[in-house]
Amino acid sequence: MNTSKKKKKTYLPLDVKPTEQPDAPNDTGYFLVSFATPLTPGETVTLEVLYILTHSLEPFPSEIAQSESQLVYYRDSAVILSPYHIKQQTTFFKTPSARVESFTNVEPANRAGKEIKYGPYEDRAPYSYAPVNVHFENNSPFAVVEELVREIEISHWGSLQITENYRLTHGGARHKGVFSRVDYQSRRSISGSSSFNALLAVLPPKVNSVYYRDDIGNISTSHLRTGFKKDLLDIENTREKLDSSKPGSMTNECSLWLNHDKLIVCSIPGVQVGDIFFYRIELCIIELEFEPRYPLFGGWRATFIIGYRVPLEDYLFEAPDGRRYLNFTFGCPLVETIVNKLTIKVVLPEGSKDPSAVLPFTVNQDLQVKYSYLDIVGRTVVVLQKDNVVPTHNVPFQVYYTFKPIYMLAEPFMLVSAFFFVFVASLAYVHIDLNIVK
Amino acid sequence: MGAKKASPDLLNSSFSFKSLKLKTKQQELLLRVSILGLVYVLAFIARLFSVLRYESMIHEFDPYFNYRTTLFLTEKGFYEFWNWFDSESWYPLGRIIGGTLYPGLMVTAALIYWTLRFLRFFVHIREVCVLTAPFFASNTTIVAYFFGKEIWDTGAGLVAAALIAICPGYISRSVAGSYDNEAVAIFALLLTFYLFVKAVKTGSLSWALGSAFGYFYMVSAWGGYVFIINLVPLYVLVLLITGRYSMRLYVAYNCMYILGMLLAMQIRFVGFQHVQSGEHMGAMGVFLLMQVFYFLDWVKYQLNDTKLFQTFLRITVTSAILVGGIALGVGTASGYISPWTGRFYSLLDPTYAKDHIPIIASVSEHQPTAWSSFMFDYHILLFLFPAGLYFCFKRLSDATIFIVMYGLTSLYFAGVMVRLILVATPAVCLISAIAVSATVKNLTSLLRTKQKVPQTGSTKGVGSSKSSSKVTLDQSQPFQKNGAIALLVGVFYLLSRYAIHCTWVTSEAYSSPSIVLAARGAHGNRIIFDDYREAYYWLRQNTPTDAKVMSWWDYGYQITAMGNRTVIVDNNTWNNTHIATVGRAMSSYEDEAYDIMRSLDVNYVLVVFGGVTGYSSDDINKFLWMVRIGGGVYPVIKEPDYLVNGEFRVDKGASPKMLNCLMYKLCYYRFGELVTEYGKPTGYDRARGVEIGNKDIKLEHLEEAYTTSNWIVRIYRVKPPTNRL
Repeated sequence: MNTSKKKKKTYLPLDVKPTEQPDAPNDTGYFLVSFATPLTPGETVTLEVLYILTHSLEPFPSEIAQSESQLVYYRDSAVILSPYHIKQQTTFFKTPSARVESFTNVEPANRAGKEIKYGPYEDRAPYSYAPVNVHFENNSPFAVVEELVREIEISHWGSLQITENYRLTHGGARHKGVFSRVDYQSRRSISGSSSFNALLAVLPPKVNSVYYRDDIGNISTSHLRTGFKKDLLDIENTREKLDSSKPGSMTNECSLWLNHDKLIVCSIPGVQVGDIFFYRIELCIIELEFEPRYPLFGGWRATFIIGYRVPLEDYLFEAPDGRRYLNFTFGCPLVETIVNKLTIKVVLPEGSKDPSAVLPFTVNQDLQVKYSYLDIVGRTVVVLQKDNVVPTHNVPFQVYYTFKPIYMLAEPFMLVSAFFFVFVASLAYVHIDLNIVK
Repeated sequence: MGAKKASPDLLNSSFSFKSLKLKTKQQELLLRVSILGLVYVLAFIARLFSVLRYESMIHEFDPYFNYRTTLFLTEKGFYEFWNWFDSESWYPLGRIIGGTLYPGLMVTAALIYWTLRFLRFFVHIREVCVLTAPFFASNTTIVAYFFGKEIWDTGAGLVAAALIAICPGYISRSVAGSYDNEAVAIFALLLTFYLFVKAVKTGSLSWALGSAFGYFYMVSAWGGYVFIINLVPLYVLVLLITGRYSMRLYVAYNCMYILGMLLAMQIRFVGFQHVQSGEHMGAMGVFLLMQVFYFLDWVKYQLNDTKLFQTFLRITVTSAILVGGIALGVGTASGYISPWTGRFYSLLDPTYAKDHIPIIASVSEHQPTAWSSFMFDYHILLFLFPAGLYFCFKRLSDATIFIVMYGLTSLYFAGVMVRLILVATPAVCLISAIAVSATVKNLTSLLRTKQKVPQTGSTKGVGSSKSSSKVTLDQSQPFQKNGAIALLVGVFYLLSRYAIHCTWVTSEAYSSPSIVLAARGAHGNRIIFDDYREAYYWLRQNTPTDAKVMSWWDYGYQITAMGNRTVIVDNNTWNNTHIATVGRAMSSYEDEAYDIMRSLDVNYVLVVFGGVTGYSSDDINKFLWMVRIGGGVYPVIKEPDYLVNGEFRVDKGASPKMLNCLMYKLCYYRFGELVTEYGKPTGYDRARGVEIGNKDIKLEHLEEAYTTSNWIVRIYRVKPPTNRL
């Protein structure tokens, strides 16, 4: 669970720490929020709390046929579980569609379209609890990455090779019985509405050599496209007066843009807040729209690998103390998915020492050794592991290490000397007479 | 060490600037080595079309088994591999992999893999497997060069290397990704032959030993070794009959046969066949005959009386033949010597398989070769070959006799079976190379001698053919010169056509992996049908790990390798009855088939169907073979039941049995609702161009589990039996 706080109009992020309470009922978890300035008596403050729950929708019925729509339960409390006295509370539940099978009635409660309103409730004691069970239709893709291993290999020769191993599953209601291709291809909206057959990954700008494959070969159903995110960053500050939109309009004419109007809120690997863009086209980001080999119905799995390469200069920097550091985005590049188990392996170049990782949240850390082409002593691998990762975790992290540039020449030197010895050996062979009889 | 110490001053002396100018001989060496190097590279890169067009992947059917076993070998080690009992195929029988395969290919690839890893090249085993065939094709060109040099001269060797590097007959089996036994076997075959010819020529034990090891490698790699073990004795026999018996031959053959046999016995799949199987008896007979010959020679030397020797000869030969005949007769009768196998028979008699073994006849690459495919695979070699034979006969030696025999026998086998074009290719290339080289040499020397008539005359002996041209030299000089130039231009034109043809054939015909299908769209864009892998990956991810999949045997290897699921039958067609059972299930009514499938624990049935895409090599078109193979074991299945007036149809006029058999139902289930082509009725089968006859198909015991996006592969789940209440 991730918690952050925002204030109306001017958002002021506040410190959030998990904490323990001795008299906590039924394993309740606590988070301690520290205000920026102490609250004086009589003063009010508005807090906005965002927390993301994973795996909290339970499909019911748990098995559905191809043509059925997916219904889920959501269980919560109409009144927030709080150690404080609640003076007044109103709770809204927003469902993805207007189809709601049932919801627990805790007076006053009513439903209007996609919204269920509970409350207002007045004067509730601490730890008061009013269980609510909402049963509604939810056909959004339940894409769950069970395990993701991202390997980031740093080459000081100028590139960063990223390889991502996915184990994807459809976490919704299990598919039952027949899969009919006729129904699926002719009546997509009714038949197979709970399934999904494509996912979107946001790749860093300047990405190249993208591949998408699995254990048995290349997956031929993928499209790499450049999309233009005008909503993403405030472009009024950029120097629009320059005739900078030409490449953009050209890509538009070739219909290479996508998601002109769709707002995707998530951070983009390689783009930081505060980056200055002089040309609109620089804002273009690369999207990989990829389809697994088959559509995923409830309970079906797919494993695949995405690999790509990005230029090194955008991600590797030298710290003031002479150490190098990699600045890369944590999390999963897939849009709107959760990752049950995420492992990030940063493969440092051969010969680097004293690795240390800096992250805004706690992860399990480990060190490994990996052998790649022409390695003798092996490369140090910093392994970062975190469970239950959501798109909010896509924040930059740093890995610091020391590296002597002379090590870069080790591998070319090995190759050169190997060829040298081959030629010397053949030279010697031609000129030496090994016959016993003269 | 002494020699090495001497090297510095040798190096110094050779590094003086005066010696930098190459002598003619050195120039020739440099030229030869660079040509060979280029040919080596050419042979490799010409086979990479498929990697560039598609991806680095394994092709076809059998290579998937080889890939799977290689993967096992590299992961588990040699010992485990040798003792591997594979329960994933031939359910419920299983298969002892170590004892039923030729391990040469897998061990070769694994060795390359381990060597590369040792040298710190961390490649994936798949890349090694994909590139094994091109790598060995390159090595074959080197062997072809030495072979050509041995039977004719270096020029012929170079031409042979160049010809074989791009010959479509060889490329068809050795493109990148075609990871099959033939990939290394042709190299081993040619190497064995080369070393044997060299051994016969020199009478040296070391060459004979080399040839025995070459033979061992061949035995470990491919069942085609039977060709060697029959051709070599035949060659020896011919030499004996033509009075070319010599001590060299005796040493070469005996060493090669005895050592080769002992080594071959180490391969479990071959075992004691060299002494027990009828196919290998010829070699043993020739071996014994050779001893008799040697004995007679010795006796002749001891006895100086010709008359006495004649009598002795008669007695010995008669008794030897008698003893041999009796031994063979007793061996065969008692069952110690196994009779010839069906495959061997079908090689000698092209019509045999058609009548007796439908499973061999059903494979398209076992069909007799059409003339067009000879032209396609050999192009100009087809008429250079007789010319080469002419030159060989003109300069008859032990070596040329061998190549002539190799060429003629293998060409016969190539006519019997399409796939054996491969075996004939090296011989055809070598003999054609002799023709090209001899012709070009004669023509150029004709041109040269005229230019340099006063100085050199003709010190370069090229061949007996040249002497005739010398005689007529002064009679028609201008005409001859022009004629020679014209002929040379003609030769180079032909050779360039050959190169163009080979490149075209390689890129158009032989470089598609057959697991990924490509077609041209309406706008000329390439459309990829990746349905096979879609289905196999679906099986791998979304079925229980112990699920048993029933399909026709063609797809068995692919399902186990890519789908990682147990199959009932696969491409190793060792058990005809089991395959016939599957054939019977496919051609029965659904409830009968259900009983068969229950008895085999089948969970999923996979069929390949091309009706939507127009893919013609699907299960409906293979169906008659299922009926024939099934009917060969279970007489309840009768071919005429599925035919109407001897015609195979799927439309309304089809026979009722056809319209209701399992295969038909599974292929066309709910196909009747689909419009495949604009302006055609629903249920229009594009592969056969008809509207199907049974559009209302109900399945009782099976349900559709998955159908790929282009309908090429359809998978059905076998329902558990209903409760009896």
